Amino acid sequence: MTQDIPGTTIFDGEEAQKGFALNRMCFSFNSAENRAAFLKDEDAYCTKFDLSDEQRIAVRRRNVGDMIKAGGNVYYLAKLAGIFGLNVQDMGAQQTGMSLHEFKMKLVAAGK
Amino acid sequence: MATIIGGIASTHVPAIGKAIAENKQNDAYWKPFFRGFDFVHDWLARKKPDIAVVFSNDHGLNFFLDKMPTFAIGAASEYRSEDEGWSIPVSRPIPGDATLSWHLIDALVADEFDVTTCQEMLIDHAITIPMKLMWPGEWSGETWPVKIVPISINTVQHPLPSVARCFKLGRSVGRAVEAYPGDVRVMIVGTGGLSHQLDGERAGFINKEFDQLCLDKIVSDPDALTRYSIHDWVKLAGSQGVEFLNWMAMRGALTGHVTQVHCNYHIPISNTAAATIVLENHAVAANAAA
Repeated sequence: MTQDIPGTTIFDGEEAQKGFALNRMCFSFNSAENRAAFLKDEDAYCTKFDLSDEQRIAVRRRNVGDMIKAGGNVYYLAKLAGIFGLNVQDMGAQQTGMSLHEFKMKLVAAGK
Repeated sequence: MATIIGGIASTHVPAIGKAIAENKQNDAYWKPFFRGFDFVHDWLARKKPDIAVVFSNDHGLNFFLDKMPTFAIGAASEYRSEDEGWSIPVSRPIPGDATLSWHLIDALVADEFDVTTCQEMLIDHAITIPMKLMWPGEWSGETWPVKIVPISINTVQHPLPSVARCFKLGRSVGRAVEAYPGDVRVMIVGTGGLSHQLDGERAGFINKEFDQLCLDKIVSDPDALTRYSIHDWVKLAGSQGVEFLNWMAMRGALTGHVTQVHCNYHIPISNTAAATIVLENHAVAANAAA
């Protein structure tokens, strides 16, 4: 999908097809047992869900922006981030290249 | 006949669930948001609804991308929640009103809204958090004061239904509830929003000016909001700001004369501009005479 809204990927049919395996893996993290299995052997878990090389590398690098480029949807990716104790503010900071504090201040400033 | 007493719309940010679990309602960060529910508690105690029809969007608990209905309606006598993977406490089940569900399903399909029907449906934070906010006391008690009928709108995978379509869905639900033979008091709930974006380099995007416009127009002139495309909405309210579709459906279901009795708006809760409104629905003269 063309990014005519800066910094925004519309999660449409093209993205949904591209990201299906990655999002399906993240969907599985609703289960504590699956989260433990991922932590125990990340490579095997990614293989089980048939992730593409691009998706696998993005996951290995914990890089949310690259996961989105590989078709990830943030609602599902948030479940992966949760395994590492990261919330949507941590994800926001990473994607915008800010420190967590800077990101929080940006949100507060939006209310002024 | 059933009466629609009004509607409530509220943000459903997961972090609220944690704040409730950790009793942080009076912390400086949370107080401006939670204080907005004092009025809601009083209003609910006075209005005593029997059933809540709840428009919300699933976030990958009940639905996955393998099957993604645009509109889905619960038809169960009980709705369970489950682990969503973010260490939010799992909520206890909420009773459903399957009789009203099937009445709505019949009416909606007759009205050309071909909804997906779900005799089993897991409810996620988009329902459990507003429920906890509306009835904090009942949460730990034995019984819920209302039964629910959940209606799920796809806000995850584009193409999403248009703003106008969601408003019309609400209209159809409103007419169907008013034709329901039960002597019950029904409230309509819409959850999510307001402006926020979780993904991409634009993460953290909030648009106070557009939110204020939405809060105004949803009361006085909802038709004005139906003129925006989904693409406009993503641009103006952020990728996840499209959850406002649930608010539009709620507003659509209020078919009488609508007045706003409460509004609270606060930036930020997590990455989100948080808002809570209470609308009352008054039967118009023509309906009253009928």
